[in-house]
Amino acid sequence: MDTALVILIDGLIYSSWLFIVAVGLTLIYGVMKILNLAHGSLYAIGAYTSASLVGWYFSTGYFPWAGFALFIGAAILAGMLTGFIIERGLLRFMYGRDEVVMILVTYGILLILEDVIKLLWGVDAYFAYQPYSMLGRIRLSGISFAGYDLSLILVAGLVGFALWYALNQTRQGKLLRAVIHDSEVSQAMGINVSRVFVVTFVIGSALGALAGGLTAPALSVAPGIGIEVIILAFAVVVIGGLGSVGGAAIGSLLVGICRALAVHTYPQLELFVIYGVMAMVLSIRPQGLFVTATARKI
Amino acid sequence: MYYLSIGLLGFVLNAFFCFGTPATVRAEDATFKVGLVTFLSGGAAGPFGVPARNAAELMVEAINNGTVPAPYNSKGFAGINIEPTIIDEAGGGTKQVGEFRNLVQRKNVDAVIGYISSGDCLAIAPVAEELKALTVFFDCGTPRIFEDNTYKYVFRTGPTSTMDNVAAARYVLDLKPDLKSVAGVNQNYAWGQDSWKDFKDSLAVLKPSVEVKTEQFPKIYAGQYGSEISALMVKGPEIIHSSFWGGDMEGLVLQGAARGLYDAHTGLFTCGETAMFRLADQITEGTIIGGRGPFGVYAPDNELNSWFRENYMARFATPPTYPSYKMAQALLGLKTAVEKAAAGKNEKPDKESIIAAFENLEFEAPSGTVRMALGNGHQAVQDMFYGQFTNKSGKPEVYNVKRYPAECVNPTDGVTSSEWISTSLKNTPCK
Repeated sequence: MDTALVILIDGLIYSSWLFIVAVGLTLIYGVMKILNLAHGSLYAIGAYTSASLVGWYFSTGYFPWAGFALFIGAAILAGMLTGFIIERGLLRFMYGRDEVVMILVTYGILLILEDVIKLLWGVDAYFAYQPYSMLGRIRLSGISFAGYDLSLILVAGLVGFALWYALNQTRQGKLLRAVIHDSEVSQAMGINVSRVFVVTFVIGSALGALAGGLTAPALSVAPGIGIEVIILAFAVVVIGGLGSVGGAAIGSLLVGICRALAVHTYPQLELFVIYGVMAMVLSIRPQGLFVTATARKI
Repeated sequence: MYYLSIGLLGFVLNAFFCFGTPATVRAEDATFKVGLVTFLSGGAAGPFGVPARNAAELMVEAINNGTVPAPYNSKGFAGINIEPTIIDEAGGGTKQVGEFRNLVQRKNVDAVIGYISSGDCLAIAPVAEELKALTVFFDCGTPRIFEDNTYKYVFRTGPTSTMDNVAAARYVLDLKPDLKSVAGVNQNYAWGQDSWKDFKDSLAVLKPSVEVKTEQFPKIYAGQYGSEISALMVKGPEIIHSSFWGGDMEGLVLQGAARGLYDAHTGLFTCGETAMFRLADQITEGTIIGGRGPFGVYAPDNELNSWFRENYMARFATPPTYPSYKMAQALLGLKTAVEKAAAGKNEKPDKESIIAAFENLEFEAPSGTVRMALGNGHQAVQDMFYGQFTNKSGKPEVYNVKRYPAECVNPTDGVTSSEWISTSLKNTPCK
């Protein structure tokens, strides 16, 4: 029973992290039909921004709790700014192209951003561990968990709720859903689709950077961290169904719990389990769990 | 007339190349071209690649100027200036094979020194042999390079991972003679699996009653180890063995420390030396730290080491860690071999004579004496050290340091590590 509870907690923590990473990716795809390969770089930019600021802030000796607001806020801002530049500077000229072309474009952006990161931050690792231990340890089921890790569950819940509320309970959300349904008709009805695209891309980018910023305290922030993450995020998004926020949540939960179960019971399966789950889901529902199959226009 | 013209053109071209060649050869004779391959990007760049690159810069400059202490106080390689070409090791084995071919076939390097990743070394070794290119591996650890194959053109001046893990097993038993249980968390690829196997097999031979509580193999670069840490805490081993390196090791240290993993279970990091300065206030007191040989804090007190440390710190404002030592060692090994081959000659020695000089070579380095004793004289062995980490004085240090002579932590030549561990380890005392 104790081990089962530990598996559940581990699974929830990992799922929460995965959800925060993947939700921006699926949001952008849902609205803009762009599979944004540069999402990993936005994650890395968030992580680097946080790590740089945490290092500086904690060396000043100011009130430590304010550091949380600073590094999370800075990561979000960095993501928004980068997202805005990418969308206005490049993507808007590409709208209407085939999805495969957009994948190649975002892949190019990923390569550029990886080099920009190296130019700005160099190749040495950055550490931002001070906030990680500030939330203390919580003893559950006989072992200690980092309060910081447990707080990710809360953050993921808040992000999920905020997105659900914004999409379903606000006027802007309704406009967004109209664009998701059919962007051409939405434009004909007077919706400023271009603005919706900018806002969506900026929010999606900010979510990617937020994930990086939140992860930075537990990691050695080094070049390449975004590349590993994007593969996992894709697996989650594909399991849930491309473009479905609810799907990303369920995909994250499935992957997180299965991975924790493997680590505790049969560690050799850890590497395989994420892709095993993905293969199993896709063999039953090729479009993912939360996307209904639609007829293809010929 | 047409054939006459062709004939004349052939004659002119032939004369041009025949008479032009010696000038080219003389130009090439003036330098010894060395391809230096190390991670300049990716997760391994910060803790490994860049320190190795820094050491290469420092050593090449000092060797060319003749400012390295004796016995290396002559200029260049036998008076020939070293001309380095630095290449990024990032990108995987396939890319590295392409880069290696470029270095050898286009840049016409005289030797290649490089490779941190065991995967890259395994990919490069057969290509080096095919191209007959003198290649010196400076850091990668897999013993399979010379245990699975015999190479003429490939050397490795750094020790293998076998001695890291055999010595780790010996150290934990010296530290805790009543040791009852261990667990492992190692990366799921050749390096992690081989390291864990050597450690586990050594313990099974030296103290069969030790129970293995859990064997965790997370994906390389996974970054998140929450579940693995929980599994280790649930199983409760006395010692946690990890051959994690670079960002993965640093992440495991940070995440484990935040949860108190190493308070109740002693961590053993075979590559921990690269993090002991960077994460000094995060590593738990008493954590067992390895440096992959007599490098960094385990390096001996000799003139070469003092010179190397002082100059490295003055230039890069940080102490040299083991990748720096191993890069310096590879350059000094190659210098010794080239100068031995050039002795008594007034010209740049050819590849065959350098290879003959390199085989079974014994040379001095900042880490002490290096003996090319395994792999038919192509693989180095050195003494191995382990110690426990402390930061009580405000300065990261190691205590309880134990030295394990090369003979008791390395197989004998011609015997694989696995065979040696299972048949001879128990009967090979450490003197």
